[in-house]
Amino acid sequence: MQNVKVITGTSAAAEAAKLADVDVIAAYPITPQTTSVEKLAEFVANGELNAEYIKVESEHSAISACVGASATGARTFTATSSQGLALMHEILFAAAGMRMPIVMMNANRALSAPINIWNDQQDSISQRDTGWIQLYAENNQETLDLIIQAFKIAENENVLLPVMVNLDGFILTHTVEPVEIPEKEKVLNFVGQYEPKHAYLRPEKPMTQGALGDPEWYMETRHDVQKAQDVALNVIKDVHDKFAEKFGRAYGNGLIETYNIENAETVLITMGSLCGTIKDVIDELKAEGKEYGLLKIISYRPLPTEEIKEALKGAKNVAILDKDISLGLDKGALFTDIAPFLKDKKTVNYIVGLGGRDIRKANIKEIIEHTENEAKDTETKWIGLKE
Amino acid sequence: MVNKGTIIYEPGNSINNKTGSWRVFKPILDNDKCIKCENCYIFCPEGCIQPDENGDFKIDYDYCKGCLICEEECPVKAITGIREEK
Repeated sequence: MQNVKVITGTSAAAEAAKLADVDVIAAYPITPQTTSVEKLAEFVANGELNAEYIKVESEHSAISACVGASATGARTFTATSSQGLALMHEILFAAAGMRMPIVMMNANRALSAPINIWNDQQDSISQRDTGWIQLYAENNQETLDLIIQAFKIAENENVLLPVMVNLDGFILTHTVEPVEIPEKEKVLNFVGQYEPKHAYLRPEKPMTQGALGDPEWYMETRHDVQKAQDVALNVIKDVHDKFAEKFGRAYGNGLIETYNIENAETVLITMGSLCGTIKDVIDELKAEGKEYGLLKIISYRPLPTEEIKEALKGAKNVAILDKDISLGLDKGALFTDIAPFLKDKKTVNYIVGLGGRDIRKANIKEIIEHTENEAKDTETKWIGLKE
Repeated sequence: MVNKGTIIYEPGNSINNKTGSWRVFKPILDNDKCIKCENCYIFCPEGCIQPDENGDFKIDYDYCKGCLICEEECPVKAITGIREEK
């Protein structure tokens, strides 16, 4: 009998951190991530998890404490959301540049103003260029699985980059689903021990971390992070395959997942929990004899452009659904990243679900209808906007 | 090249940084006019003007930042500042 618990997304994230046996947790509570750090604090207080829980006064301090902890060679975990992630912004660059394999759970939530606690993906998309690896979960089980994999990806000696695992606020964080909790021994065996070769605390071998990089060297350090991101593409796939073999759960190839894409002329692309809704709609339409496909992006950074091109070979129309918006360009981030590779197809951008606006099956059907018929190439349409 | 995570394991490695790349102006020393008074050598804030084995003063352009204090202090105008050519 497998150990199945009916838990929320935040609890799944906390369980994953516990299974990976983290050494240091530094986090500041923010809706909708709060229940995750509450759970972790509970684990530490009950003696279920032997970790140092650092109470901090802001997210800026939380991530700074994490960088410090990781710099000593400790396995580090943090969690945040929205404005909290925005407050971490400057240190996120440092974490990636210093090659600290920190794992973060981010509960996707809209940014102010107006203040809004509901879901969209603007917060993590705004941290796109910090050098962090970004993975997006579709459901609570995937959240747990991705966080376990994230430690193995981050700590790979050819990658050594921080990983942000994103789950949609409230839609996943506060929704209970049955989640299979693997055995701790099995997980530890899979993730292994973190034995840093570059950054550790050892008095007999002192070192300087976070030194000045003048124009003579700075560019090379940025390029090193880019090379590590390139390596990460293969590592993410490899870790996913090993995970699937050991735990029996697979998500596409670890970078992208396709659904009914083989004989579909119209394909939708998106990330996160929205994929579940789209899969349902695809099933309904399949029953009516209509074929539509979904391309789910799991790894947004590094972006697997080759895999995306390959998956969309047979598609004529592509609808890219963004839960974020680049104001002043009127395009979402997924569209601006992917559209340049799809010049030979009709590619349409849909801005959906900002600030927790519900995305229903009817909206998905409306998007499919619009993409196939009156939509013009590269146009942007906001879905569910009040007149 | 650079260590992973820009970590420094040995002290004193900043000697490898050729900070002269910041220069906008470049001092040129004319040894025929030079009277070996050592003013430039004393006033150079980077210590990059040194006498060679013949006692001729040489400017180390790897570290000279082109402040032109040497030109200002030279009593015989043996040093002229020109715009850096790339």
